[in-house]
Amino acid sequence: MRSAKVLVATVAVALTGCAVTVSTSESGPAGPSPRLGQPVSEAQLAKWNIDVRTPDGLGLPPGKGSVADGKKVYDAKCLACHGEGAKGGPVFGAMVGGIGSFKTNTRVLTPGSMYPYAGVLFDYVRRAMPMNAPQSLTDDESYAVSAYILHLNGLMPANGVGDAKTFTALVMPNRDGFISDTRPDVKAERCMSNCPPISSTRGKK
Amino acid sequence: MKLSEKMKELVESSRRELQGRESKSHDPGRRRMLGRTLAMAGAAGVATQAGAQALEVPPSAKEHGRPMPANEYGMPSKFEAHVKRRRTDVFVNRQNFSDWSMTPLHQQHGIVTPNGLIFERHHNGVPDIDPDKHTFVIHGMVRQPLKFSMADLMKYPSVTKFYFHECSGNGLTDWLAPKSKTVQQTHGLLSCAQWTGVPVATLLEEAGVLKEAQWALAEGADGASHARSIPMKKLLDDALLVYASNGEMLRPENGYPLRLFTPGWEGNTSVKWLRRLKLGDKPWHLRSETARYTDPMPDGKWRQFSMEMECKSVVTSPSGGMKIKPGTIEILGFAWSGVGSIRTVDVTLDGGRTWREARLEEPVLDKTLTRFRLTVKWDGAPMTIASRAMDSTGYVQPTVDDIKKVRAIVGFVQHHNAIFPWDVAASGEVSNAIG
Repeated sequence: MRSAKVLVATVAVALTGCAVTVSTSESGPAGPSPRLGQPVSEAQLAKWNIDVRTPDGLGLPPGKGSVADGKKVYDAKCLACHGEGAKGGPVFGAMVGGIGSFKTNTRVLTPGSMYPYAGVLFDYVRRAMPMNAPQSLTDDESYAVSAYILHLNGLMPANGVGDAKTFTALVMPNRDGFISDTRPDVKAERCMSNCPPISSTRGKK
Repeated sequence: MKLSEKMKELVESSRRELQGRESKSHDPGRRRMLGRTLAMAGAAGVATQAGAQALEVPPSAKEHGRPMPANEYGMPSKFEAHVKRRRTDVFVNRQNFSDWSMTPLHQQHGIVTPNGLIFERHHNGVPDIDPDKHTFVIHGMVRQPLKFSMADLMKYPSVTKFYFHECSGNGLTDWLAPKSKTVQQTHGLLSCAQWTGVPVATLLEEAGVLKEAQWALAEGADGASHARSIPMKKLLDDALLVYASNGEMLRPENGYPLRLFTPGWEGNTSVKWLRRLKLGDKPWHLRSETARYTDPMPDGKWRQFSMEMECKSVVTSPSGGMKIKPGTIEILGFAWSGVGSIRTVDVTLDGGRTWREARLEEPVLDKTLTRFRLTVKWDGAPMTIASRAMDSTGYVQPTVDDIKKVRAIVGFVQHHNAIFPWDVAASGEVSNAIG
């Protein structure tokens, strides 16, 4: 098939005399790139460029916010969904506790127990919270409310202040909790007869 | 009553029912329950009722159909109104912005999911973005940061490919005990479409990838600015910037006007409403790839960046909520693999003791839903049916027992690709038999 296509393409080029490149790939695009991208500068992208590389804090902006200021922001803009003291509210569950729960059968996932780096919390607050008005908080407010939630999890003192330096330095409980993908981690056999049942626990509960 | 009057009344009552909003015989719930049963019992039913009554000319053959409007977007028949995406019925989500809805796999004919039935997972609702105002940017570790308009992106030579698309959370409610009733609820975070777009590699080449770049952050323009770190290797291999599915522009809920598409990988890495790719030398470790979309492992650990969707299959008919009758039944289902194509599918009727190979329906494509079929005789004795797929790498779909040996199944766990059994009771009622 492929050689036939090349032949057709060659004939077409020969007939028209055009010096075009003809792609015969089965999966690639059918022609050359028109290269229509417009140059843009990183400065022009400043408002979009909000990501934080959380292990080393690259992208954490200037500014700061205290635990005390964070409580004010939280009570005004977060409490309605997340509840008093981040213990869980009408819309979302608790954001405090769970540290040490991962070796039990009931893992409790909160920013305190789960996030490996404090920058994860700042990044998420800044990009996505509050849910009804994302990206409405100032950087100082995002630092403050993140510091408050870290404080509620026992990870910052009451007089603490969140900023790029403190958040990068803070060692979170789950920092070393992640491993990389090593799948396929399960090797099953294609047994056709006299096989074990699908479930060994079926009917034994 | 004269025959002609009786006929007239019959026609009128049929018309009233067809035009009425409260159609009894076409009640969606009832149809949902009966649809497959009737289809299965059809042959036997015809045999026993044959000759009881002469068939009348249907009203549709005795009147105008609806006239053609000057222009319209065609919709399914009102009698198909029960075929819908549905949210989970295992629990009630207290908000519907970060939520999901599932594809009715048991009502899907063929391998293509219609656009209006492709599953949804949003992190803060569905934006409806004006394509004329949408800008896509490539920046970070590139020689020249670039921005693209939708109009310009659509001038690039495109590719069109069939691929399945599955959320890594598909089945997370049903690992150790039956929670969901239907296959839509147990497996419906799965769809398959023909996707059209531009290879990401084409645009990366234009921006000029610096040799230090190993990862890229893909970020959406939605209210969650959902973002994932994607290895450059995947972006340069087969990732697409997709703007169309099944021949038309994407639906808003599937990323209109532009999404990333990472074939065979967990759904959320195919970032919808894509507005930028930022290249870097390391991953970002954001909430969506630490606190979410990670898998609990023994010793309190979490597995991260588990992108590939491993080989899986499920019987879609008979499946949970259906009712079958003894006789000849056709077992139907889907198989798929994020790392290749489907090589075989086996079906068991006895809870896994014995298996027989099903027929695969063409086409059998890489990273695409594959249909399997097996016709069997059911004598009315209770049975437990399930399917087991093997992909082109030789990987065999495991049981939950197999997976439990190496991973921690605690809470809502992602990447459930285990063999999924359905019980068929002597009554013919089919129910979820996981666990």
